[in-house]
Amino acid sequence: MTVVGRSGGLAVGVAAVLLTAGPPDRLTAQDTSAVDRGVRIGILYRPGVRPGIVVLTGRAPALDSLRTILARDIDYSDRFELITLPGSDSIRLAALPPASGARPPAGTGTGKAGGGAASAGGLNYPLYQALGADFAVAVTSTAADTTVVTVHDVAGSTVRRELRSRLPPLTDPGFRMAVHRLSDRVLEATLGAPGIAATRVLFVMDGKVYVIDQDGADRRLVSSTDHAAMSPAWAVDGRRFSYMEFWQGHGRLFVQDVATGKRSPVPTTGQALDFTPAFSPDGKTLAFSRAIEEGTDVYTVNVKDGCCLQRLTVGRFYDNLSPTYSPDGQRIAFVSTRAGLPQIYVMAADGTDQQLFAPFDYGATGSSNAPEWSPDGQAVAFHRDVAGTLQVFVLDVRTRAVRQLTSVGRNEDPTWAPDSRHMAFVSDRSGYRQLWIIDLETGRIRPLLQQSGARLPAWSPRLPETVPTTP
Amino acid sequence: MKRLPLLLLGGFAIAAVAACPGKKPETTPLPQAANADSAAEAQRLEEERRAREAADAAAREAAEREARQRVADSLAALGRTTEAVKTILATLIHFDYDKAIIRGGDAAVLDQKVAILQANPGLRIRISGHCDERGSDEYNLALGNRRATAAKQYLVSHGIDAGRVETVSYGEERPMDPGHNEDAWSKNRRDEFDILAGGDALKQP
Repeated sequence: MTVVGRSGGLAVGVAAVLLTAGPPDRLTAQDTSAVDRGVRIGILYRPGVRPGIVVLTGRAPALDSLRTILARDIDYSDRFELITLPGSDSIRLAALPPASGARPPAGTGTGKAGGGAASAGGLNYPLYQALGADFAVAVTSTAADTTVVTVHDVAGSTVRRELRSRLPPLTDPGFRMAVHRLSDRVLEATLGAPGIAATRVLFVMDGKVYVIDQDGADRRLVSSTDHAAMSPAWAVDGRRFSYMEFWQGHGRLFVQDVATGKRSPVPTTGQALDFTPAFSPDGKTLAFSRAIEEGTDVYTVNVKDGCCLQRLTVGRFYDNLSPTYSPDGQRIAFVSTRAGLPQIYVMAADGTDQQLFAPFDYGATGSSNAPEWSPDGQAVAFHRDVAGTLQVFVLDVRTRAVRQLTSVGRNEDPTWAPDSRHMAFVSDRSGYRQLWIIDLETGRIRPLLQQSGARLPAWSPRLPETVPTTP
Repeated sequence: MKRLPLLLLGGFAIAAVAACPGKKPETTPLPQAANADSAAEAQRLEEERRAREAADAAAREAAEREARQRVADSLAALGRTTEAVKTILATLIHFDYDKAIIRGGDAAVLDQKVAILQANPGLRIRISGHCDERGSDEYNLALGNRRATAAKQYLVSHGIDAGRVETVSYGEERPMDPGHNEDAWSKNRRDEFDILAGGDALKQP
């Protein structure tokens, strides 16, 4: 992780306040920054635009991994200037002229029965104000194994909120996700914005489907190893996902339960080449592409009752594929080759009213593929061939304006995070194809997975709690 | 009268040989000779019989060897023909980037397949369409499907029953050449032809 010193304007005797680097915050930023291989990309961020936040270190090592995950989640939200204090802040702060009260910063003790000590107003707010922090987050734990995350409003010199939760033990497979949920609650408490920490990304590598936490941890195989798989897709409730497997030249669709890992074949699929499944927002319908000798067309099947195959497009001399539902379930964006090269079209969810969606110049614009409707409904991401390589584009649903998002290397298969401002995609900008995440607001880019060969990512919705962590 | 048992014996022996070809007849103990003359006679007959049997066996063996060789020769010939036909049948056809149109040069390749399918009515094949890695992963499944279907349509339009030809698409999932250059890509944009049934003994068209 790149860290750069920030000096200007800080009249505090802190040797160096490190903050993570970020690219300039341009709304609708483009990915024009030069890219170092395998390193987080960033240009110096202009301070003061995003609220500063500091995650206080503490004396209880048991909470260190929690703080690390929490701080990284906050950083990856791209909504804050994360202020990192090198080493133990208490030592450095001790060298400062005593502020009013002269107490050590709260949240540094083990917090025996005193998780809420910080709420006593013990935090040296002026100091953290001087550091540029608008918020401070302290993590303590009580004797009753309850973890207390205290969110301080530094600017307002007050405690904003105390988040109590009973986390599973560090070794529990659910620990990281429980911390991610806590991170999202911090985001909610500070900015009122829903976070994306408690999310995962499905992707395909070596013909198998894997899932990985949005911070790059906990990669797990979820598909069978007997058949080559493609095109994973989440149900909107985050409890199921679908994907395709090759079965003797045919494509069979499966719906798999996240909690149990149990999968079942989608009725009516597998007798032809069925691919690119997409759940309707209500989870009842699965839209998909079916290739038969006549061509490829978009179909739907009722996965709730396992019935009622419907054909939405009739191409014959051209192909229709890669459906993606609008979040209100009323429309489906898809790819069609009706004008020659594949381009992005839209239709009503019953197949009527088919029309061009992403405008293009006939004979000039390259192939456009892999559309995915954003969770907020306002945009459709896709990739388009530009001068022989693929780039990620975003279509504004209301104005139908198309904007190119990437320009470094080959970039494809974008998938939206549930906040509709982050996106995962495949890029070879580092020299080989791997998964990256971009924040559309700041243009900041980070690799999700260093390993090469990962493709066809699908970002989950906010994942439901399987085990309650709130006491 | 006294030769009868021996003749019968000989007859049994021959019958035994006929019943179990390739097996040596078991030596049956001779009945007790009545006198020296008849014993000598029996000895002579026995020797003659053995000689006859040996000659017969040798002749039969030679005939059998010859027959086996004939079968093997014809099988080999048939195998050679079958292999040759299979090779022609498996010849790939290739496509231009993002196209599913049969190239002029590949029409002749498909014509050969038409002839083979016509000469072997029991033959059923599967055509699989493949793409290079440049296009979109999922779009390539549709494109591969177009490529397989294009070849099938060619065969059907030249008189092959559509039910004998199956089509599948693997998109870019099964590259023939893993390289990342035009040389590899041009190899990967292809149709493959596999035998589904009736390919054990193929006739030359």
